Amino acid sequence: MTPTRIPLAGRLPSDRWRRWDVVLWLAPVAAYFAFPAHRVLGSQVIITAIFALSLDVVLGYAGIVSLGHAAFFGLGAYTAGILAHHGWGEPITGLLCASVVAAVVGFATSFLVVRGAQLVQLVITLGVAQMLKEAANKAGALTGGVDGLSDVTMWRVLGMFGFDLAGKTAYVYCGAVALLVFLLVRRVVSSPFGLSLRAIHEGAARMPALGAPVRRRLIAAFTLSAALAGIAGGLLAQTTQFVALEVLDLSRSASVLIMLVLGGAGRIYGAFVGAGLFMLMQDFLARRDPVYWQLWIGGLLVLVVLIGRGGVLGLAETWRDRLAQRRSR
Amino acid sequence: MFASFLTVLFDGVAYGSLLFVISVGMSVTMGLMRFINLAHGAFAMFGGYAAYVLIRRWNVPFLAVLPIVLVGFAGIGAVLERLLYRWVSRTRPLDQVLFTIGLAFIATGVATYVWGPSQRTIALPAVLTGQLHVLGIDLGVYRLFLIATVIAITWALHALIERTRFGAQLRAAVDQPEAGAGLGIPVDRVFTVSFALGSGLAAVGGVLGVDVIGLDPNFTFRYMVYFLLVVVVGGQGSIVGSAIAAIALGVFDVVGKYYLPSIGAFLIYALMVVLLLVFPYGLIRRGR
Repeated sequence: MTPTRIPLAGRLPSDRWRRWDVVLWLAPVAAYFAFPAHRVLGSQVIITAIFALSLDVVLGYAGIVSLGHAAFFGLGAYTAGILAHHGWGEPITGLLCASVVAAVVGFATSFLVVRGAQLVQLVITLGVAQMLKEAANKAGALTGGVDGLSDVTMWRVLGMFGFDLAGKTAYVYCGAVALLVFLLVRRVVSSPFGLSLRAIHEGAARMPALGAPVRRRLIAAFTLSAALAGIAGGLLAQTTQFVALEVLDLSRSASVLIMLVLGGAGRIYGAFVGAGLFMLMQDFLARRDPVYWQLWIGGLLVLVVLIGRGGVLGLAETWRDRLAQRRSR
Repeated sequence: MFASFLTVLFDGVAYGSLLFVISVGMSVTMGLMRFINLAHGAFAMFGGYAAYVLIRRWNVPFLAVLPIVLVGFAGIGAVLERLLYRWVSRTRPLDQVLFTIGLAFIATGVATYVWGPSQRTIALPAVLTGQLHVLGIDLGVYRLFLIATVIAITWALHALIERTRFGAQLRAAVDQPEAGAGLGIPVDRVFTVSFALGSGLAAVGGVLGVDVIGLDPNFTFRYMVYFLLVVVVGGQGSIVGSAIAAIALGVFDVVGKYYLPSIGAFLIYALMVVLLLVFPYGLIRRGR
């Protein structure tokens, strides 16, 4: 008997390039030329977007709540920073090291994280991040402690492009890394592995019956996510040539969570939309008055939860579906 | 040496009992409704500010402030529960976390706007200041008062929960909400009352804590982790578990910072991770 082919192709996620993808990826290129004075802010947005994308792998796809993702961001930042501080300023190998260190700690942490309910996940990730922050604070000889790690001198990217004050190299470097990370994440989430993560998210109890090793899949997802967060952290250290203790802050973990949910978790562009909106709003509002910024962000969070799930992209999808329905009538 | 250790231990117990009063309400609401309220510390913070205003502006005596704050914030808690929390507690844990972090941000912003970013202090009555020397140990009078107050509150809570009809309903609702409702227990009302009580107690804890853990707009976020640790390590919904966890956390934090300043707060987070590894559902597991 030949197995029947099920026409699933239309519903399976695909990582093929569509017209939309090209348009969306041309936006940062256009921004580079359109806002030459804001390239430094631009690279910050890109770095934050990579960080949010790393959280999306665990939160949006695997359904693990992490309130301590700054732990891996900070590990990456300190790894890249300390390497350059001690004379190894080669950016790409530095970034790889940052990613590996974050992945190793993420792997170790994942065993604690995947066993509990969401509340326990929340507390464990939070606790690990706080622990690392205390460790970085106390290990002043290595990390610079409260004063931060300065004297981070970077070599030229690929031996050709030196980091400049206007942030041209940093912007392009961050953009290229973001594209690579995006391609990797999209490949992963549209693979059978990514599908199984979504399935675990929706019904972890049923997955063993389908032969999926839930624990191992979640551990793999968490480790991958930590590795990507480490890359984002490493980029921040390399482009700002400084590592502050606040890379490990609870507020960083919280704000990346906010961005992702604002943009739309579990949607590949949600991280980019959320990080962009959030960072631009922060730049615009916090410069006027940090007190109002806290009120804004608080109100925004309450609204995001009240209005519904899926964030900005979720809303856009709802409208698109409604339009399509009206047309088909 | 030993005497100074006892003094440090005493400070740790005082700190831990403070953590207990503030977080016990959070533990009950988590156990009862599976509701994660990260903004719980805001009740404590605004309790502290209310005391600041009452004492500085209206010259209310410190001891009279405590019952006023308890009743006032219980009322505010009841209203908020009816308006906001009732709705939020039906959503997913992630939504609850985001929503209550949002409330914590708003609380921080409001506090900064009204009272400014700096530390605020309240004047304690002369009776409660100074030191007692007992068997060579230095005991702060205020910390003794703090521990005595917390013991009184704990005893009252214990009596309320173990001896009264309301307590029986609360225990039943924590253990088996559906079955409890089926037996005619007004689970909704029980939840409102316990939420109100928890808010009031947190506010009282905030007042008591102004002299110990300080009062500034970042209070909610700075102690968010501590309150969460008490609740999760103690076991959601368990009052005894919360008390043990809070005292242990207070003692380890103070003793650790005093004797091992190079490790400092690292110790309590390590302790928490170990405890959660051994007891994934908290020290005392109630209900499901």
